[in-house]
Amino acid sequence: MEASIQTSTAVAMAEGIRLVDVERTLGGKPVLRGVDLRVPLHGRVGIVGRSGTGKSTLLSLVAGLDSPNGGTIGVGGATAAGERLARCVLMPQRDCLLPWRTALDNAALALENHGFARREARAAAAELFTRVGLAGSERLRPSQLSGGMRQRVAFVRTLLTGKGVLLLDEPFGALDAITRAELHEWLRDTLAAEPRTVLLVTHDVEEALLLCDTVAVLTEGRVAATIDVDVPRDGPRREVVTSPGFAELRERALEAIE
Amino acid sequence: MRRWWPPLALLAVAVGLWELVVRAEHVQDYLFPTPVEVARSLWDDRGLLTSATAVTVREILLGYLLAVGVGLALAVVLHWSAALRRALLPILVLSQTVPTVVLAPVLAILLGFGIGPKLVVVAIVCFFPIVVNAVDGLRSTDPELVRMMRTLDASRLSIFRRVEVPGALPSIFSGARIAATYAAVGAVFGEWSGSSSGLGFVMLQAQPELATARIFAALLVLSVLALALYALVSLAERVLVPWNREVTTE
Repeated sequence: MEASIQTSTAVAMAEGIRLVDVERTLGGKPVLRGVDLRVPLHGRVGIVGRSGTGKSTLLSLVAGLDSPNGGTIGVGGATAAGERLARCVLMPQRDCLLPWRTALDNAALALENHGFARREARAAAAELFTRVGLAGSERLRPSQLSGGMRQRVAFVRTLLTGKGVLLLDEPFGALDAITRAELHEWLRDTLAAEPRTVLLVTHDVEEALLLCDTVAVLTEGRVAATIDVDVPRDGPRREVVTSPGFAELRERALEAIE
Repeated sequence: MRRWWPPLALLAVAVGLWELVVRAEHVQDYLFPTPVEVARSLWDDRGLLTSATAVTVREILLGYLLAVGVGLALAVVLHWSAALRRALLPILVLSQTVPTVVLAPVLAILLGFGIGPKLVVVAIVCFFPIVVNAVDGLRSTDPELVRMMRTLDASRLSIFRRVEVPGALPSIFSGARIAATYAAVGAVFGEWSGSSSGLGFVMLQAQPELATARIFAALLVLSVLALALYALVSLAERVLVPWNREVTTE
């Protein structure tokens, strides 16, 4: 890479996520052993890998819920855990909806935390509810919602923080294939309308290749490969997925995981 | 409703047997009255029992509310301060080895013969399960929910209000239900150590008169009171913790 390009991207990247030689040991076991990773502002990077390779640990670290044993993590240029926490929102693997709150009140949590009155928070959440096809289920409790609906509520809750950096931990993991494809579509549209910096953890290579600009393969606590997704993905899903370029990328990613 | 039939049937059989055995063996009624005699006493002494019940109900309710108030407040303090929890919780457990029956007369000396010492005895008896269950409930909050709240910029207080307290409610209520069954016993202990009214006092008076049936009648009323308080707390739980029921019936 040429020097001039490198400096200009470095400036832009200062606004996104930047991990340099990040190490994390949990219970005496090294989970992350020197991870280098960059997500440019409004870029989307997917992290794939087998379970137990430290994908969720990585997200917790970026989110500011945990601190590394070595290396630095910057989010929007800030490296302190508290500042990262303020800049990122983490959507955990489980939807973590509060059973004692209605769907709408669950979605409004972040706004209530920001000091909005319950009525205002609800009004803002209700607007997003109609946009994601949750209209009519505002007053249902989480136990009365389907898996796909629960996940949508969790997404609305995440988006309503208004934060620029989304850390998504297997957000579609527990869903059936059809709901999953539906939500992929929805997330792509949402991010197109309102760009955000995204770090997406998934075990599904295809999902990462469909949704992200770059896919990083995490193996044994290190980034084993970075794959730029440079194939067109505008057509119907079936065509994209079966195109030779896409298939080749998938092969490369799967090989790196092995 | 169906689940009430087996215990009711068993109770009916036991009462029937009691009546039959006492009659067959010609036991003196002052030694051991039959259920029919207890029922008769319940009717004959209804004036005495009603006024005594009013006194005891007041002691039970106020003492129980005192226990709930102090117990929950203490649980919150113990939850917020790990240092206090480590210091106080063992002492609390240790305090449970002191028999309340022994404490009651001391309290009567300290606080006089009014309603005060009775409330304190009821509160002491009820207090422990409330504190322990509330502390456990608050501490067993799902850490994932706390992480979720932190990434949504929740303050410590917001996490407490919106996650920890509602999550602890089922546990708090199970403590409150256990305590509800103790309250009536506490009130009787209190009355035995110095009083001039209440169901415990009625029992105390009936003893030298050998009015054993009246003792049983007072006992029966006490059981009903304890059961009523238990039902009241269960009802409050159904109203305040509806999501818990929804999940279990799923």
